Amino acid sequence: MRYEAPETVERASALLADSAGEARILAGGTDLLVQMRSDIVDPALIVDIKRIAETRWITEEPGGGWRIGAAVTGAELKEHARLKQVWPGVVEAANLIGSTQVQGRATLGGNLCNGSPAADSVPALIAAGAVATLAGPQGRRDLPVEDVMLGPRKLALGKGEFVVSFGLPPRPPRSSDAYLRFIPRTEMDIAVVGAGVSLTVDASGTITEARVSLGAVAPRVLLVREAAAAIVGSRLDRVAQDRLEAAARAACTPIDDKRGTVEFRIQIAGVLARRTALIALDRARTQ
Amino acid sequence: MAENGTNGHGYVGTRTIRPDGVDKVTGRARFGADFNLPGQLIGRVLRSPHPHARIVAIDTSKAEALPGVKAVITRDDFADQPSEFIPAGEMMMNYKDVVRNVLAREKALYEGHAVAAVAATSAAIARRALKLIDVTYEVLPHVIDVVEAMRPGAPLLHDDLFTAGVEPKPDKPSNIAKRVEITLGDVDAGFAKADVIVEREFKTAPVHQGYIEPHAALATVSEDGTAELWCCTQGHYIVRAHCARLLGLDIAKIRVTASEIGGGFGGKTVVYLEPLALALSRKAKRPVKMVMSREEVFKASGPTSGATVRVKMGATKDGKFVAGFAELKYQAGAFQGSPVQPGVMCAYAPYDMENVKVIGYDVVSNRPKVAAYRAPGAPISEFAVESVVDEIAKKLGLDPIELRMMNAAREGTKAAYGPKFGPIGLEETLNSIKKTEHWNTPLRKWQGRGVASGFWFNIGGETCVSLTVNEDGTVSLMAGTPDIGGLRASLAAVAADELGVEYDKVRPIIGDTGSLGFNFLTGGSRSAFSGSMAIVEAAKQIKADCCARACKLWDLKPEQVAWERGRVRPIGDAADKAKPMSIADFAKVAGKTGGPIVGYGRLNAQGAGPSLGTHLVDLEVDPETGRVTILRYTVAQDAGKALHPAYVEGQFQGGAVQGIGWALNEEYVYGDDGKLQNAGFLDYRMPVASDVPMIDAILVEVANPKHPYGVRGVGETPIVPPLGAIANAMENATGIRFTELPMSPPKVLKALREKGVTAK
Ligand SMILES: Cc1cc2nc3c(=O)[nH]c(=O)nc-3n(C[C@H](O)[C@H](O)[C@H](O)COP(=O)(O)OP(=O)(O)OC[C@H]3O[C@@H](n4cnc5c(N)ncnc54)[C@H](O)[C@@H]3O)c2cc1C
Repeated sequence: MRYEAPETVERASALLADSAGEARILAGGTDLLVQMRSDIVDPALIVDIKRIAETRWITEEPGGGWRIGAAVTGAELKEHARLKQVWPGVVEAANLIGSTQVQGRATLGGNLCNGSPAADSVPALIAAGAVATLAGPQGRRDLPVEDVMLGPRKLALGKGEFVVSFGLPPRPPRSSDAYLRFIPRTEMDIAVVGAGVSLTVDASGTITEARVSLGAVAPRVLLVREAAAAIVGSRLDRVAQDRLEAAARAACTPIDDKRGTVEFRIQIAGVLARRTALIALDRARTQ
Repeated sequence: MAENGTNGHGYVGTRTIRPDGVDKVTGRARFGADFNLPGQLIGRVLRSPHPHARIVAIDTSKAEALPGVKAVITRDDFADQPSEFIPAGEMMMNYKDVVRNVLAREKALYEGHAVAAVAATSAAIARRALKLIDVTYEVLPHVIDVVEAMRPGAPLLHDDLFTAGVEPKPDKPSNIAKRVEITLGDVDAGFAKADVIVEREFKTAPVHQGYIEPHAALATVSEDGTAELWCCTQGHYIVRAHCARLLGLDIAKIRVTASEIGGGFGGKTVVYLEPLALALSRKAKRPVKMVMSREEVFKASGPTSGATVRVKMGATKDGKFVAGFAELKYQAGAFQGSPVQPGVMCAYAPYDMENVKVIGYDVVSNRPKVAAYRAPGAPISEFAVESVVDEIAKKLGLDPIELRMMNAAREGTKAAYGPKFGPIGLEETLNSIKKTEHWNTPLRKWQGRGVASGFWFNIGGETCVSLTVNEDGTVSLMAGTPDIGGLRASLAAVAADELGVEYDKVRPIIGDTGSLGFNFLTGGSRSAFSGSMAIVEAAKQIKADCCARACKLWDLKPEQVAWERGRVRPIGDAADKAKPMSIADFAKVAGKTGGPIVGYGRLNAQGAGPSLGTHLVDLEVDPETGRVTILRYTVAQDAGKALHPAYVEGQFQGGAVQGIGWALNEEYVYGDDGKLQNAGFLDYRMPVASDVPMIDAILVEVANPKHPYGVRGVGETPIVPPLGAIANAMENATGIRFTELPMSPPKVLKALREKGVTAK
């Protein structure tokens, strides 16, 4: 097995593109190393991207948007006071990953590219309207996060392509986001259902824009437009809450597995979408 | 000689610092996987991918030809063993089954069943070699569930298994290994007197002991036929005995050293890797190290049984229990030997009842063979009974603590399983729970409170320790039972008190099998109980020896000399004839007065007193998700005498936490293919630290008259009450009686929705 730690995006994608055997990006390694140890993957080449400067930065752009490197860790996100204030849902989702030790390694890029429908930061990123910037042999392109994952362990990345960073859009006033997951325990568990909601309210408290995303209820993390539509124009009163719950449930196509039954997941998806939206709303009103 | 415990410094009953603590927090302590030898090979196990399959052939030639592979072993490397039952901890085992569990012979009986093992110069080569072993399987239909396994026509695991304990002896084999029964009085007559009868069926899932440290072994077999083995085990003498038997070696030729142990809870009372590592080393002529992965721990080491239990209890309208019936069906895993017998015996043991009948079935199915787990069998049957007791209390409008108090077993009560109890502390635990602020604090909506009691016998058994007085007056203490829960601290405190030396001057170690006579394993809550008895015995010899030496030194007669208050003193009319001498004083003159001063305590400890406990729990149910949060938890248990209160409390807390996991989330999830789907801590949901509140521990001390300090075993009882206490609290919170464990969110939510109990 060969290990490389290039310092440029171009070199990294060339290494990936030229590899004859299976090649893997290494970010924090909290998925990859575990999978290697348990004989699930056995790559011939490992390309560590942590020495590429732009994968490690968090920057607030002049227009108010944000750029977060794909290899930024959960701990670094948590320590960024300004980002936490503007995108509390994204940061809280990333910070649900693993334990304190895992937080020091785990990255947003790894969470997305591991290709799990239950990945915690992905619904928050999708709700936030995040766009992934990809680099490959043919250069760079942007892809909305909801289009990166196609199904369990299946990504829309071409050979030699990887995620360099994520872009978050500028925030209008009175906007905020939130993420909740359901697990039977308090931590060190995998989401049975995850819900991310991002929204903006006007001065009267009416929701003007919203995005709702659900994890672990379908083969990929979903952007649920109907759920967003169910609350836009409302102040999230009881009726709107019920509409949101129903729309969230209608979008679910989960499986029965060791982590939960179909019936349970669908039920919880509605509950979680409502609870998350209420938190986001509460935050937005005070932003 | 003075009273025990009154001489010396009085360390017993105080919270001394554990002698093994520093090395454990710095990482210097050596656990199973920390031992290495020059030139060692790495051993790995090939495991069956099928839950049930005939092994037609095993071709190892390609693996053996791989460079770096030094040995491959299969069933052919172990001689078959005759059928013979021997005691193993609190359960029985049979070498015919042990040899088959260690490496499958005719059939693979569960997914993960060891089929072959290799030793190679690296882990990577060993892994590659496993893929080169060609096993021809004839896949057979499998059966996982205990009730299905009992049905006529179910896939048969062993064609020579005929149900024992039934008359006439069955002429057809089945998966029902045995039927057991205990009876006291006449249950039919009892039920006839009952004003209220409650009958319920319960189901529990198999749960793993969940020790953090996976099994590990390092073996080296010399050309001269002697062998050394380092492993994490609850009983290295037992490992030695099993390995000697399986490998055909003299016991004296195997020396086993127990590493520090990262939890066992009963699961490390059996052998898995140890005989394989020895056999590989013997073949390769090099040391072999083997460590299980977590997945292997789940798939191939013992959980405890899942079970189906039917309970029927009757009471008069004042609350007197007049009859108790139960039928228990316990999963044994692939080989017979579930803990159904203790389950049967414990079911009604906390109560003073005249009419009891309990029937149990030991049933094999295509799952890993169960191993002991804290109070084996008791949590399951007592969960069912404690749930029904709670329901009777509700039906009669009685306080659940008062109802238990009214029926509590006490000194003189004849237990359904046989004996008359000596002094026991159930009433005291109920009383102390009733007095807690916890019991008397109001609850809010969706919160519930539950109480349950529990019983466990405890055992004594063969024990051997030594105390050596060193040249400088310090004392080396050697015990032969692995220290799992603070044993060294407890024994050192007893030795210090007995010999009148400072606690820090006693250095306790766990000796290897060559250092002491046979020690039964650490299990049955026996180590502190019987170890401290043996220490008292060893100290007695030293004290007698020192008195004899003093007679010579002082030229006095035996009756003019005595051990008092930590010293040998001249007494009576000789009182001013000489200066009292301490152990350190004798150490200085040991050479001149007869040589080394050593005490050797050896006994088969009898009189282990049962320990009873009562647990109190508050929880909250999220009505929209079915998720349960444990809010508050109090344990009261009779310890007889807590040699080291902190480690006794630790046992209470640990048992409660394991019980919480058992009640709420832990279970083995099998697919239709008979394969275990959650062989890891991510999906086998044991509680993590943040899932549980601080567990309050109340030490009740009703002295055990059979022990010099009054000690009872305490390690197992704490896992018995939580299941019932939590189910009772769930009923209190939701009005729903949950009869199936675990009470995981999907099940709870479904029940709430079916009953129309929801938030909105
Ligand atoms: C103990 C423990 C607890 C965990 N708990 C959670 C949890 O609660 N929630 C949760 O969602 N996850 C959890 N995880 C999984 C894991 O930590 C997360 O998915 C994490 O975000 C992965 O990030 P990483 O940087 O470590 O990824 P890596 O392991 O480095 O990479 C993961 C995969 O993505 C690929 N990859 C990484 N970066 C890129 C990139 N920039 N472009 C293209 N491909 C890339 C890698 O090749 C690999 O296939 C847990 C893991 C552990 C070990």
